[in-house]
Amino acid sequence: MSKDYNRSIVVKGYYQWTDLENSPGVPSMERMEQGPVAFVECTQEIPCDPCEEACPAGAIKIGENITALPVLDDEKCTGCGICIPSCPGLAIFLVEKNYTKTTSLIEIPHEYHPLPCTGDEVYCTDREGKPISSGKIIKVKTSFKNNLTPVLSVEVPQEYCLEIRGVMLKGG
Amino acid sequence: MEKTQVAIIGAGPAGLSCAVEVLKNGGKVTLLDENDRPGGQLFKQIHKFFGSREHKAGVRGIDIGNLLLQQVEEGKARVLLGSTVYGIFNRNQVAFINRGREYCLEAEKIVIATGASENPLAFPGSTLPGVMGAGAAQTLINIQRVLPGKRFIMIGSGNVGLIVSYQLLQAGAKVLAILEAAPEIGGYAVHAAKLSRAGVPFFTGYTIKYLQGNERVEEAVAVGLDANWKYIAGTEKHFEVDTVCISVGLSPLTELCWMCGCEFAYIPALGGHVPKHDQNLETSISGIYVAGDITGIEEASSAMEEGVLVGVACSESLGLITGDEASIKKKKIWNRLEQLRSGPFGKQRHEAKVVQMGGYEGSEELQ
Repeated sequence: MSKDYNRSIVVKGYYQWTDLENSPGVPSMERMEQGPVAFVECTQEIPCDPCEEACPAGAIKIGENITALPVLDDEKCTGCGICIPSCPGLAIFLVEKNYTKTTSLIEIPHEYHPLPCTGDEVYCTDREGKPISSGKIIKVKTSFKNNLTPVLSVEVPQEYCLEIRGVMLKGG
Repeated sequence: MEKTQVAIIGAGPAGLSCAVEVLKNGGKVTLLDENDRPGGQLFKQIHKFFGSREHKAGVRGIDIGNLLLQQVEEGKARVLLGSTVYGIFNRNQVAFINRGREYCLEAEKIVIATGASENPLAFPGSTLPGVMGAGAAQTLINIQRVLPGKRFIMIGSGNVGLIVSYQLLQAGAKVLAILEAAPEIGGYAVHAAKLSRAGVPFFTGYTIKYLQGNERVEEAVAVGLDANWKYIAGTEKHFEVDTVCISVGLSPLTELCWMCGCEFAYIPALGGHVPKHDQNLETSISGIYVAGDITGIEEASSAMEEGVLVGVACSESLGLITGDEASIKKKKIWNRLEQLRSGPFGKQRHEAKVVQMGGYEGSEELQ
């Protein structure tokens, strides 16, 4: 039942990992070891399906009934990240756990100005909005194809790769 | 008296979509809107819409607004802005005021697409400057490009409250808290998640108790509610804010329907008193149709579908398209509407619409 995934978010406004980890849009821990992969953090049956159409690998399935939850086939997911700006809810992220031996790379949709620049040190927040670590901006993708949703790639300590989902500028 | 085939009152998402459909079928359209700009709420909706490709999902409201306006202009609709409709007479005359002068327009079909207005909330301090509807704040930041405050509190966590809170952050404001009297957040989880990761805290089971301030809002005091909606002593929380936004639902703007004598139904799930209509969205008065939030509070995506549906129904009734063409189109639109009215958020509205239409179940395929 989808309701189980939503216990924390409907009361507190953010997911606890224990609610999210078994949801159909989240990849397996084994898959995370193998390279970049999408995290579709979408667990309410709302009428929405652009991610399914956006994925060139056919790795996200919703089906005819557009309120069904997006299901990630993590074996098919190539980690391209095209789905990230397609999501009207800004609920898709990309995690490359083994970016280096000690760091991970996370791609986050980020619709705030001013945008950080490549190389900037930023605060990284967890789902609750707590700044839990510093991170380094590796890339800032902006494109009209993305419907004006910029996507930030941020390098973070590996131990936080399941938690970091937001970026705040230092001094901003 | 000037004549038109279809007079559409309200140039928001429903009215514009209806106009485009009638124009496409070769009809003559006059669009009236009391505002100086068309588009209704679309131009302040800078976020991407949900739904499917057919609902323009992933496209921002402002871009959809521009697209519809362009189509209306290309179709050579007559658009009367700054024109407040104050009455409908003899079922076919639309009376309106423009720059202090009265006019009357004769129409074969009248579509009332007047939308909705924000519900107020009265509490100690709610008359202080700095208290406004969430929609008003959204108009200020996204249309007028004026940030009305720096530190906000949002009352209500439906999608309007969540989306406007997010857009306040984008405009450079701080949102110190979102209060929700119910035990659970009302809007979509994905909107809540965006706000949380930006550091905005949610207080479910909390309401506003009072505001303090001399010349304007300086402090908001929230309080926890028990299962009977009574204050829980000692749970007060103080927030130093300069602006309070209220988003506690919308009510359909139904005055013109009342004046015409349309039959109504009282359906809380749709926002209160709503005009009854059939599957063509024609009211109990022949030739008078409704579309968009006036038929019940939903969102712009359904308003646009309803607008197209009425456009098809008017075109059919005027003989611009055949009955066969119309029924194919209508079936597709009903399918799309039913998609938007499915799932835990939409189910209640689906059931309410069945009551409103006297038992019509929408699309059979999805039943």
